[in-house]
Amino acid sequence: MSATPSIRNRLFSVIAVVVGGLLFFCPVLLAADSFKVGGVFSITGPASFLGDPEKKSMEMVVDAINSAGGIDGRMLEAVIYDTEGDPQRAVNAVSKLINRDGVIAIIGPSLTPTTLAVKNLVESAKIPLISCAAGIQITQPVTPWVFKTAQSDVMAVATVYRHIQKSGLKTVGLLSVANAFGESGKQQLEEQAAAFGLQVVAAEKFGDKDSDMTAQLTKIRKAAPDAVVCWGTNPGPAVVAKNFGQLGLEMPLYQSHGVASPKFIELAGSAAEGIFLPTGKILVAGLLPADDPQKAVLTNFIEQFESRFQMPVSGFGGYAYDAMQILAKALVGTDGDTEKLRANLEQVTGHVGVSGVFNFSPQDHNGLGADAFVMVRIKNGTWELIQE
Amino acid sequence: MQELLQYLFSGITNGAIYAVIAVGFAVLFNATELINFAHGEFVMLGALGMVTLYSSLQLPLTLAFLLTTVGVSCVGFLFERFAIRTVKRPEPIVLVIITVGASIFLRGVGMLGWGKDAFSVDPFSTHPPFSIAGAHLLPQSLWILVIVLGAVVGLHLFFNRSLTGKAMLACAISRRAAWLVGIPTGRMVQLAFVLSAAMGAVAGIIIAPVTMCSYDMGTLLGLKGFCAAMLGGLGSLWGGVLGGFLLGVLEALGVGFLSSSLKDAIAFVLLLLILYVRPAGLLGARKVQRF
Amino acid sequence: MVARYLRRNWAYLVFLAAVGVTGCLVQNAYYFQVLTFIGINTLLALGLNLLMGYAGQISLGHAAFYGIGAYTTAILTTTWGLSPGLALPCALAIAALVALVVGLPTLKLSGYYLGMGTLGFGMIVHIFLREWTEVTGGASGFIGIPPLTLGPIVFTDDRAYFYLVWATVLLSFILTHRLIRSRVGRALRSIHDSEHAARAVGVDTQRLKLQVFIFSAILAALGGFFYAHLVNFISPDSFNFLVSVRMVTMVVIGGMASVWGALLGASLLTLLPEWLHTFSDFEMVVYGLILMLVMILMPQGLTRGILDAYERSRKNSR
Repeated sequence: MSATPSIRNRLFSVIAVVVGGLLFFCPVLLAADSFKVGGVFSITGPASFLGDPEKKSMEMVVDAINSAGGIDGRMLEAVIYDTEGDPQRAVNAVSKLINRDGVIAIIGPSLTPTTLAVKNLVESAKIPLISCAAGIQITQPVTPWVFKTAQSDVMAVATVYRHIQKSGLKTVGLLSVANAFGESGKQQLEEQAAAFGLQVVAAEKFGDKDSDMTAQLTKIRKAAPDAVVCWGTNPGPAVVAKNFGQLGLEMPLYQSHGVASPKFIELAGSAAEGIFLPTGKILVAGLLPADDPQKAVLTNFIEQFESRFQMPVSGFGGYAYDAMQILAKALVGTDGDTEKLRANLEQVTGHVGVSGVFNFSPQDHNGLGADAFVMVRIKNGTWELIQE
Repeated sequence: MQELLQYLFSGITNGAIYAVIAVGFAVLFNATELINFAHGEFVMLGALGMVTLYSSLQLPLTLAFLLTTVGVSCVGFLFERFAIRTVKRPEPIVLVIITVGASIFLRGVGMLGWGKDAFSVDPFSTHPPFSIAGAHLLPQSLWILVIVLGAVVGLHLFFNRSLTGKAMLACAISRRAAWLVGIPTGRMVQLAFVLSAAMGAVAGIIIAPVTMCSYDMGTLLGLKGFCAAMLGGLGSLWGGVLGGFLLGVLEALGVGFLSSSLKDAIAFVLLLLILYVRPAGLLGARKVQRF
Repeated sequence: MVARYLRRNWAYLVFLAAVGVTGCLVQNAYYFQVLTFIGINTLLALGLNLLMGYAGQISLGHAAFYGIGAYTTAILTTTWGLSPGLALPCALAIAALVALVVGLPTLKLSGYYLGMGTLGFGMIVHIFLREWTEVTGGASGFIGIPPLTLGPIVFTDDRAYFYLVWATVLLSFILTHRLIRSRVGRALRSIHDSEHAARAVGVDTQRLKLQVFIFSAILAALGGFFYAHLVNFISPDSFNFLVSVRMVTMVVIGGMASVWGALLGASLLTLLPEWLHTFSDFEMVVYGLILMLVMILMPQGLTRGILDAYERSRKNSR
């Protein structure tokens, strides 16, 4: 009685695993003569507001390039996988792209932890990676094969602090979300305060799904800062904005570029009035002076994206848009040689993109300067550009 | 002093949210001795239902309220019919995992139905926040408070005065004995699920204006609501209310006087404390039920 | 003597041969990576399988031990410069200690209460890993974990790591099987059937449950150790409540009272996202549905369930 089911048991398990494995090892048809570019984004999961537009933007660029004849006569093929914001999935996806799909370059991931998780992989496999994540550790210190197009939080914090300093304010209270984005921002806010003559008098945290931050704001109010800086991504900061109004707080409220999207105004409603935040120029493309170098690219991107996908554009899709454009530029003349591609990437200068004007170099794999950000203020439910 | 009062008010806002979710857990447990891990997802469905009916379609408040509650109750009914009744081996381990699977399933449905973005809902009344001795309280918090208390009073009367309610309690005490005296136990379990789902929907509806609604809002809320229910005592409706408010206030005080980074941990530390010291909860029976 | 040994343990030999053959045939680094992940997940599922299947206890926070193993070795090898060979016993010891401290009060509870206790514990550890930024790197994660070096061998090669992990899996299988076949195993099964009856015949249920809990924690920490040195980067997102749920799913689907079930469950659940990636939006729905269906229709897991169905159909056709 005990022998037979047990043996069958084991045999079955082994067979199941083998069958499953065979299904999984099924051969991949390589479309010869096309450039395969990989994409890894957080298409579902908590960061889907980043990954979803990034995927769409990448596809949009690939289609546009292909309909214009491809690169050096060869078509582009985009292979995109979902990380769900999970570092382990990101590692699997990147490994699949490199080893099974044979891509020549990878765009993404969307988040800093997922990017850091795959950094070693792309470095040892010698495949260029252009990340869409904000963390400063991605490109500092510089490693040969990793680039990024998203503005780093160093610049965002500097932009905010510059405005606070200019307004003559001296003390700040911080409120950051308990995830990688918030933590990185908090670190920058604390490190850069002294350089702008500012002092951090309170620093509180909140969870990204929390519904009430009045307790944290009360604690911050007690320290009586001149301004409050909230660093997070939707929907938490919208709740903070609402609570700010409910408590009747009067000092100026600054948010991060994580909420630089129409969604924030929609969520916060009337509480969004008067909030300052740094953003890529995409949000105020219509308000830019005609001689702004980015205006044409921005208007073009907004038109293309909104007409194709029927959804409002945000800066996040722009990261992937820029990455794919820059990659396409660097691909010309390389015939798929990754070493040449890498060298070309480092020489991309004066590229006018959605996130800013890019100037890569062997020492700078982010390529953006302080002009990548502008300060805006929310007025009458829309963005108002603050002139420097 | 003003800060302390404000912490208390913040605690009441969050506490009301936890309380209304905890009552949903208590209702189900009261009648079936089951814990539904997917309860947070019923709350989510209620909230997102309001987003569609009240915000998008602009239906009048009471109509949207009723329709959403009925809709989610149907989901609860289907859940019981297909996922709980059909189980071959209704042991705790199996049921826990089924409800966990259901929560993942419902979350996926929420994502497919409403997308990955967050939504906000207008409060029921447009009165500005009340200012009491310098501390501010949202009018929506008072709505939540009133509706929760009303619901609990109603449920209390139902369980203790009406025949159906008493029959449901009987099923929880001993399914066999209830069946022997002629109570249709299957129907009672069904009703319990429907009631619990309805409570979850009500919770979602009344907290929607306060929180941001998204497909994944249910997980943490459900867990914390469960901690609140354990704190107050699982079988007790008033325990759920007490536990909810206690948890909310303790969290706010923790943020104020300890550190905001550990706010989430407070709920679970309290859960562990209650489990070790007094598993029946503050208002529960002295003896712990053994499964 | 040798023949009898071979006949009795033929499954292990087949397994060993399969691992060896796969290791030689496979050339692609991606496949090695996935297979190594399956191996790590098998270690996670194995310990939990013992706990849930044989001792009948639920743990909804087991990712905490996975995380403790990973973070301990990360901190010891990177911040303190210890060699991984030294960090391994430390990681396992710390996991065992935490399991002892948590298990003592929690295992006195039963049914739902135990699940709740472990859930609370898991959440607390996750928050702890996320907030103790100075030591764990916080939400941004911990970078720069050195590759695994045992003595003179440096395991940077995918194939070498694959062999190492699967050799460990095989050893764990053998160890677990011996445990199950011993007096301890029989006592465990008696607890699963009826704790009261077991106690009536003199089984020290408390101590046994605690020992199994500690053993499962050690296996999970071992998995964490391998994970940390494989990816060289860890973050708290890899050790949250959903990961605990995934671990339970592996055990449940594979089959609770079956060591090979852990292998099946781990394989299926690691490969499932790969198969579903074209329907990435539907993945959650499918996942939840599978979990519910398996528990409703085949509560003993796929292994036993399909076998039972097969035997029933054979009986009917006769």
